[in-house]
Amino acid sequence: MPEEFKPGCARPTGGPVGEEPAKAGTEEPIIKKEEQKPMIQVGKKAPDFTAPAYFQGKFVNIKLSEYLGKWTLLCFYPGDFTFV
Amino acid sequence: MSIDSVFVHKMWNDNELSKMVKGGVPFPMLSDAGGRVGTAYGIYDPDAGVETRGRFIIDPDGIIQGFEVLTPPVGRNIAESLRQVQAFQLVRESKGTQATPSGWKPGKTTLKPGPDLVGKVWEVWKTSMAFDD
Repeated sequence: MPEEFKPGCARPTGGPVGEEPAKAGTEEPIIKKEEQKPMIQVGKKAPDFTAPAYFQGKFVNIKLSEYLGKWTLLCFYPGDFTFV
Repeated sequence: MSIDSVFVHKMWNDNELSKMVKGGVPFPMLSDAGGRVGTAYGIYDPDAGVETRGRFIIDPDGIIQGFEVLTPPVGRNIAESLRQVQAFQLVRESKGTQATPSGWKPGKTTLKPGPDLVGKVWEVWKTSMAFDD
């Protein structure tokens, strides 16, 4: 079940699951790792993520992996109140 | 999912979409401010600052079975997305013993791949079957 949240003034955001949180103020030299671009490929796992959502009158947090066991359509679009 | 906040999603649903669809949008309207999820899926356009029209079919094991990406001015064909889901469901239920040829939709002939079908597809499938009747 998606978990409801109380929105504050900050815009709630989500992101990919499993990403390391950014460390603030680290003095260590940052060694740039070879950035491994996530490859989207049919037959491969869909990247898991959490994201805030509006759903039937409530603000909830959605995690893609909660939909395991179901066929899921994930649709992106350019923006609310655009025309298409 | 778009880069809009959940607050804008609410306004769009309540003030416009609920006038097109009775009861409003029946699925979660996801927010991806910053486009990090869209980037993971390869459909975020950093120049325009928006997500392009990506559509991913994800099976019950969390595997991507198909995707389609369009630039903003052209809308999707929902019936085609549903047809593809139905085809993937049939293949999954048959545990891979059946395949859906071009133009397949529910009720149309499926193919049973195997040694006996090699070179014989022309006998069971006609090009006219690629098109809607």
